[in-house]
Amino acid sequence: MLSVFRRKVFHGSFIAAITVREALNSALDEEMSADPKVFLMGEEVGEYQGAYKISKGLLEKYGPERVLDTPITEAGFTGIGVGAAYYGLRPVVEFMTFNFSMQAIDHIINSAAKSNYMSAGQISVPIVFRGPNGAAAGVGAQHSQCYAAWYAACPGLKVLTPYSSEDARGLLKAAIRDPDPVIFLENELLYGESFPVSAEVLDSSFCLPIGKAKIEKEGKDVTITAFSKMVGLALKAAEILAKEGISAEIINLRSIRPLDRDTINASVRKTNRLVTVEEGFPQHGVGAEICTSVIEESFGYLDAPVERIAGADVPMPYAANLERSAVPQVEDIVRAAKRACYRAVPMAATA
Amino acid sequence: MALSRLSSSSASRCVDLLINPLAAAAAAIPRRLISSDTTPITVETSVPFSVHNCDGPSRSVETTPKELVSFFKDMATMRRMEIAADSLYKAKLIRGFCHLYDGQEAVAVGMEAAITKKDCIITAYRDHCTFLGRGGTLLECFSELMGRKAGCSKGKGGSMHFYKKDSGFYGGHGIVGAQIPLGCGLAFAQKYSKDENVTFALYGDGAANQGQLFEALNIACLWDLPAILVCENNHYGMGTAEWRAAKSPAYYKRGDYAPGLKVDGMDALAVKQACKFAKEHALKNGPIILEMDTYRYHGHSMSDPGSTYRTRDEISGVRQERDPIERIRKLVLSLDLATEKELKDMEKEIRKEVDDAIAKAKESPMPDPSELFTNVYAKGFGTEVYGADRKEVRSVLP
Repeated sequence: MLSVFRRKVFHGSFIAAITVREALNSALDEEMSADPKVFLMGEEVGEYQGAYKISKGLLEKYGPERVLDTPITEAGFTGIGVGAAYYGLRPVVEFMTFNFSMQAIDHIINSAAKSNYMSAGQISVPIVFRGPNGAAAGVGAQHSQCYAAWYAACPGLKVLTPYSSEDARGLLKAAIRDPDPVIFLENELLYGESFPVSAEVLDSSFCLPIGKAKIEKEGKDVTITAFSKMVGLALKAAEILAKEGISAEIINLRSIRPLDRDTINASVRKTNRLVTVEEGFPQHGVGAEICTSVIEESFGYLDAPVERIAGADVPMPYAANLERSAVPQVEDIVRAAKRACYRAVPMAATA
Repeated sequence: MALSRLSSSSASRCVDLLINPLAAAAAAIPRRLISSDTTPITVETSVPFSVHNCDGPSRSVETTPKELVSFFKDMATMRRMEIAADSLYKAKLIRGFCHLYDGQEAVAVGMEAAITKKDCIITAYRDHCTFLGRGGTLLECFSELMGRKAGCSKGKGGSMHFYKKDSGFYGGHGIVGAQIPLGCGLAFAQKYSKDENVTFALYGDGAANQGQLFEALNIACLWDLPAILVCENNHYGMGTAEWRAAKSPAYYKRGDYAPGLKVDGMDALAVKQACKFAKEHALKNGPIILEMDTYRYHGHSMSDPGSTYRTRDEISGVRQERDPIERIRKLVLSLDLATEKELKDMEKEIRKEVDDAIAKAKESPMPDPSELFTNVYAKGFGTEVYGADRKEVRSVLP
């Protein structure tokens, strides 16, 4: 049950608007209520109500045996979480940001991701690792990295990247119910954003499938893929492109591993042009995989070279102007889409 | 009337026994009943326990003829298996890593005697004998080592990745030290589930310096988890002697606020006593550290001759003075529980059993090529998966 949402009625159907924070909180609450094996652990998740208030109210409701404040020892508590998952519990391990997951990355990869395979199915690991990922605002190089590409490279992991409140609810519930290790990459700057949701989304049984992308906006001229915060920028870019006569199809990936290659390729076969957008480092990034997949599967359908928009190939600087140029902006996406459409300048009124 | 009997010719003479009259009568009964004789016997451990922040158990260990004979049989089986694995490795039937446990058998066997299969054990990569102790079979061991279908991990794990979840054995881990937080996690889950069982997380003197050990121990003590950390101190972390790796090699004291016990790891009865004590402690008062003073005859792995960083005299000295199987053999003989011939016959039978298991394992086929793509996930959603040439080999994850 959601504690705060505004109700609006559109076209006779019941819709509310909730923030991503509320969506995540309600998803955690409902899954913990439904399954006593689910528990939450991480720094400040309990008494502090969550570093970003995602776990607000959960300690009060479920008690200190199920909402556990840990010391600042990622390697230790992540290993403990994975061990609990080996035994059959369903831990949700929060990293205050995914930058700190690097302290625990051996447990994520070697203890969690590979165990089902090495044990030929004896030891499955139903664990969720969640927390904010990617750039925030002005937090500098050590606190701004996007880990989607690194984790999505590993067989045995599933990697999810919600954008909207619907994504946040549906994907987190799916992640907690999933029997495999799931990396759940949130975004700090999205926590406070509000999105309209239907009654279906608000229902406690709501769940989204893992491995399926969502077409946020249909189009016919160019396919733009994005995930997490970049979906918002891609949608803004689509509006600008529409005014210039370019109809962009925006794909919200939702799932980086498994990657929904079918949806992406079907879209490119329709539009014949591709722009991938991500916040993380460009080399060996998510976009690199998508571009290659499209070239391999749909080469004959491409009318233009594939385009990648990514974070700058540098550690994140602090100064506001440098930070801005280190992260993709709407104009970058627009420019790349136009390049793919061979329209480097705005279309003049036709003669 | 209690009889005090001392054997005439054994190094473990410091055994003080109290045999009750029933056992004296039992000794007169034909020997083949000994393996089921549960008459209590009390044996003193070879050396006293060293303690840290706790009182420690008594040196007098309760055992039975049945248990002592089973110790002998189980350790002899483990020893024979490891020696056979050495030969198989040299014959190139076992590939990659092979870390052998011969010399350390008393730890595996003594521990099993103190606990149930509902208690959990997790260890590192020197796991063949631990797996056997948990109820794994020789066939599963040899098949896994040779990468065959009949292996405990169906050939997909290898030497370092043996598991037996249905009897509380959680592996089999290749990353030094990782098994310690994992073990504390198992203990967490046991407490969460109100199981009244404990977890033994085993690690070596090399792993004892890992930061994650202290992180996990801190949490385990804060949260009162039924976790027992067992340092199998064989005095060498690969090629590095303990005094070169640890500023303080008193591993049982390194838990600081956590109590600890140092145990003669070559004495299966001492190991049993310590593990029994630790289990009771962990269920009531939280984590405890056990340091097992043990020794490995082989090098770190089959790639290590094991003689460049220690002397052959040292190795043969331990074999002579402290071998765990010889200790039990002498005890069994001195208690007149079996004759030398009977024990030798037992060993012959074990040898045959091991040879048969190897022969059967050799017949087991390698996994189907399709097994490359199984068990990546518990639930794969039908996603595509690729081989080296994705246009040539691709499959769908079930």
